[in-house]
Amino acid sequence: MTRTSRFNVVSVALGLAFLYLPIVLLVIYSFNASRLVTVWAGFSVKWYGEMLRNQALLDAAWVTLRVALISATVATVLGTLAAVALVRFGRFRGRSLFSGMVYAPLVMPDVITGLSLLLLFVAVGFARGFWTIVLAHITFSMCFVAVVVQSRLVTFDMSLEEAAADLGCPPVKTFLVITLPIVMPAVLAGWILAFTLSLDDLVIASFTTGPGATTLPMKIYSQVRLGVTPEINAVCTILIGLVTAGVIATSVVTKRREVRRQRAEELAAVAP
Amino acid sequence: MAQQGEARPSRWRWLLIVVPYAWLFVLFLVPFLIVFKISFSTTAIAQPPYTPVFDLSAGVAGIFDAVRQFTVDNYLWLTQDALYVRAYLSSLVIAVVSTGLALLVGYPVAYGMARAPKRWQMTLLMMVILPFWTSFLIRVYAWIGILKKEGLLNQLLLWVGVIHEPLTILNTNWAVYVGIVYSYLPFMILPLYASLERLDESLLEAAADLGCRPIRAFWRITFPLSIPGVVAGCFLVFIPVTGEFVIPDLLGGSGTLMIGKTLWTEFFNNRDWPLSSAVAVILLLILVVPIVVFQNQEQRRAERERG
Repeated sequence: MTRTSRFNVVSVALGLAFLYLPIVLLVIYSFNASRLVTVWAGFSVKWYGEMLRNQALLDAAWVTLRVALISATVATVLGTLAAVALVRFGRFRGRSLFSGMVYAPLVMPDVITGLSLLLLFVAVGFARGFWTIVLAHITFSMCFVAVVVQSRLVTFDMSLEEAAADLGCPPVKTFLVITLPIVMPAVLAGWILAFTLSLDDLVIASFTTGPGATTLPMKIYSQVRLGVTPEINAVCTILIGLVTAGVIATSVVTKRREVRRQRAEELAAVAP
Repeated sequence: MAQQGEARPSRWRWLLIVVPYAWLFVLFLVPFLIVFKISFSTTAIAQPPYTPVFDLSAGVAGIFDAVRQFTVDNYLWLTQDALYVRAYLSSLVIAVVSTGLALLVGYPVAYGMARAPKRWQMTLLMMVILPFWTSFLIRVYAWIGILKKEGLLNQLLLWVGVIHEPLTILNTNWAVYVGIVYSYLPFMILPLYASLERLDESLLEAAADLGCRPIRAFWRITFPLSIPGVVAGCFLVFIPVTGEFVIPDLLGGSGTLMIGKTLWTEFFNNRDWPLSSAVAVILLLILVVPIVVFQNQEQRRAERERG
């Protein structure tokens, strides 16, 4: 039963090494005592201290966090609605335009999305700043949420909803009590995806921002242009740590829920 | 029963569709029309820095007046200045080459994952997705420290003795290729893995029983059956890479021409909004065919899954 040939093991190992090595090196060099990023001069956490004293950096981090929390939450609601509309409502008028608008932002180059949203905000005279970044982030991340939730909805067992309807459960209640809990892992995954997309975005935020709203990627970008510094490595390490912890925690929770659900379904199947 | 169930929630149904529909319409589709409109206006030293093409308050007469003021100068300028044409072409070349490289690197990884023991596959999949969650900017930044002249790669190569002079990799197109393949690799691996994992292995066993050698079996059976994954992966890499800004800006040099970078410069450094709108419109026209093909593919896939 061992189809795991040496070629397969080597290619997977090399692929993962390629994906992880740069990140690992970045983390290691954030603990470097020297300001020269490429010369190792002993272990030190002084760049973390330096980072915590950098008020502009902390402000940018706070702006980014607020943008990401708000935009991910709204995007999750809108994206879930879009997914339900696409999967459940069959053919409605304007469906192909709708699905086009859901799929196109997934591959649209950021410069185009950013420029077009900026021109919209200017055209309607919307003051640019924190809220324009939030609106822009909701718009592109809701499409990612829609795709994630949609892939879960298509495998959903419709007979559960039909059973609820037969028993006289109103549609809204059916959705909230039956459908939503079952697609919840996908909704949660969508929220995290939207959150990280927002944390990550440089281009769209740069176009749509206004005075006073500088996000962390914008700050990192302007410092990176001046050269690599261990301080930036420290910021990046903390971000990587947070995201990794978040993703692992969610996958553990999702897995546990999944196991519990499967067990419940098995019990239900056995019960007369 | 089913009909009754569908007829009842019509009011809710309407609301469910309208909210996301309206949102995308106003914040995704309308902005493109505005970009299109502004690409026909002239640059002005004002705030915003362009002359409005038409003012709805002036009514129908105003619109007629405005249409007469439409200018195709921005587009003429784009065709006359060789820099823009070269930037478009070079973006396409870089996108095609790096998509090919990503396929070459990603296919063996996806293949190895799909053939790994079942209990390992979820973990491997997680491990491919995890770097994708960490910031794009950080991942590109990490390569600067590796690729620069006194960077880790040169140190390693000098130490091993492969080279005697440090290589110049950062700020060349090589660095851009490395950066793109690295950043977009998960987009290539995931659809490839999805199609390879579904492959019915009894086909390969049958081929082996009939005396087909593994390499031949790969090209005659495995590869053709993985084509949907190959196509999806290539689109997911090719389309966004064509308009990429961060990677050519941070890893590329002054010789790296990419249209995303040109658009950024026109907008932020030269503050020429109408010209950058025209650049965006042409980029969109170039990408519209691959985007539509990609959408149709995704839609068909979604419909297939629903069964």
